[in-house]
Amino acid sequence: MTATTTATGVDRKGTGNRLGRMALAKEPQKSFRDLDGPTKRFIGKAGVTLFATIIMVGFLLPLVFMGVTSLKTEDQLANQQILPKTVDTVTITEGEFAGDYDLLSVPLPDGSTPALALVKPGREESTFVDPAAPEVPIEWVGRWRTLEPGYTLDPTFENFGRAYDRLNFLQLLRNTGVIAGLGMAGTVISSTLVAYGLSRFRMRFKGLIIASLVATIILPRFVTLVPTYAVFSRLGWVGTWWPLIVPHFFANAYNVFLLRQFFLTIPRDLDEAAEIDGAGPLKTLITVILPQAKGAILAVALFHFFFAWNDFLEPLIYLSGRRDLQPISVGLYEFLGLYDTAIPLVQAGAILSMSVPILVFLSLQKIFLGGIDLSGSLK
Amino acid sequence: MATTLFAGSPDETDTVDIGDGRLAKRERRRGLLFVSPWLIGLTLFFVFPIVASLVMSFTDYRLVADGDEPTKFVGLENWRTMLGDDNVRNGLWVTAKFGLLFVPMSIFVPLGFAYLLTSERLWGRSFFRVMFYLPSMVPFVAGVIVWRFYLNNQSGWLSRLLRGAGWEGTPNFLNDKNWVLPTLVFMAMWGVGNSIIIFIAALNGVPTQLYEAAKIDGAGKWRLFRDVTWPMISPITFYNVIISLVGLGQYFLVPFVLLGPEGPPEGASRFYTMVFFRETFSFFKGGYGAALAWGMFIIVFAITSLLFWSAKFWVHYEYEER
Repeated sequence: MTATTTATGVDRKGTGNRLGRMALAKEPQKSFRDLDGPTKRFIGKAGVTLFATIIMVGFLLPLVFMGVTSLKTEDQLANQQILPKTVDTVTITEGEFAGDYDLLSVPLPDGSTPALALVKPGREESTFVDPAAPEVPIEWVGRWRTLEPGYTLDPTFENFGRAYDRLNFLQLLRNTGVIAGLGMAGTVISSTLVAYGLSRFRMRFKGLIIASLVATIILPRFVTLVPTYAVFSRLGWVGTWWPLIVPHFFANAYNVFLLRQFFLTIPRDLDEAAEIDGAGPLKTLITVILPQAKGAILAVALFHFFFAWNDFLEPLIYLSGRRDLQPISVGLYEFLGLYDTAIPLVQAGAILSMSVPILVFLSLQKIFLGGIDLSGSLK
Repeated sequence: MATTLFAGSPDETDTVDIGDGRLAKRERRRGLLFVSPWLIGLTLFFVFPIVASLVMSFTDYRLVADGDEPTKFVGLENWRTMLGDDNVRNGLWVTAKFGLLFVPMSIFVPLGFAYLLTSERLWGRSFFRVMFYLPSMVPFVAGVIVWRFYLNNQSGWLSRLLRGAGWEGTPNFLNDKNWVLPTLVFMAMWGVGNSIIIFIAALNGVPTQLYEAAKIDGAGKWRLFRDVTWPMISPITFYNVIISLVGLGQYFLVPFVLLGPEGPPEGASRFYTMVFFRETFSFFKGGYGAALAWGMFIIVFAITSLLFWSAKFWVHYEYEER
């Protein structure tokens, strides 16, 4: 693995020890090369890590944008500040200038720039007062619009509550949960059976069956969409959850490949022992194979969960007009259509909708990324 | 070869002939029983719809019944219409232009990230791995919501960042017909998590001795990449190319939700799939839609066949010993 660390831009610093010493012999000046090995390695690591951090921040910046925007009010959105900040105001309760005013930083002739309340804005000349001494008007010559207002960080969480209500979040959660849960059960059971069949039994046309699985990965799904829709419509299933659940009870190429590959790594001696003890193949699968394949099966379940959470086109066409049955992806889409201009509100809705998959991912990331590793190691 | 590329290693049960004895018959019967969910699913959800779709493409089938008029055969009419349809031509052109950028980027961007994330000089590799995967977990509608406002040319952070860096006339990314496709590709790079993870596994799988041997022979970094890494990971690269081509063939949802079914501006984002969707689910022309879908199937099939054929020139299997 030593050689795979190229193309990071800071690599030159970490040139190998041997090369460093050779160069030192020719060019004896105080430089990076004089540093001892551990120091050099430390700097190299810090450099690569810093580089990766910068890339990561850029990569995740849209998420930061989303979070920050969701904490703004409409007014804060309009004031063009990056963070949710409110213009400072002050209320003067007594005297000639009682009322609410914006606070601006005003550069005064004595060199100070205190925050003063703008009480009488004018084109070329305005009147300010110091909130601490509101009786004394301060005349200031210049355009007040060029002055910096004072801002205070003032995030709000009310967008989340509003988005939660208007999305009808609990109902979306329930719908998505039922669709994802049933489909997950379907794909786990059927893919396990098929993968077991393809990994443990000799049969005719096995190559052809595997090729058919590959073919369905490559097939554009639009080709099957119209006739499938027609059949489901004839069955009276349009406007129900069935078209989103039933097909998952017939296995799926990615899951079958992943599980089959995993089953192939499980030694056969155990199955044979079980068989000698009189266990049928189904019993062998349940008592011998499944306990060892928990991780792979959980990965398949997670894949389906994320798929169902994200699935959009089929719910859109099969559940159009049935708002009460729609899953979260379609719900969020319609929410976007309704509140298009309320940017902080839609961002909060988007955060709500992604919170569940993100939390599940972060808590189970080892199993999940391990599952992808496994699907990658097949090739 | 297609199957070893996707289905992993063949096992000995694939090749051994077990004859026709009683036990062999029983084993076959049992195997078939376990595989039957797939065989049924294949028939119901793939073979039947594909054939039905082909038949429909020769009819004037309407998705929503149009009075009592029965569906009738119209011969090659749909196919002829398709060949002369300007929308279809534009859709193909848009898809091709997008793909020319999208396919290479969806190989090299995750490969670059994977390189960075396997660097031994990186502290907290597993943390970075999770962080670079994170955007792939954002449901795509939520992703569209973020990007739509992130890319706004006045208030969006990208434009502000670029203006801050000294680029005054930042383009209107989503409303400029020259910028909309590159912008969509840029956005798509947010979802390369799976490819990153697969490439990381591939890079970690290259035997260290090969690098050491090459270094003894005096190979520099570029040579190491070109002559060791690239050939060694080429099966994974091939897999990723196929997956990204498949993704290209059905690329639809992001532009549909982000920009709407018309593919603005001036049809610059009106992908082939959007033409299909409009004809089928907005105008309910099931027959014409089926012809469009089949047209796409033929193109995808041709391109993937070409790729599978090309694999023998650039995909290396010498060290595949799994």
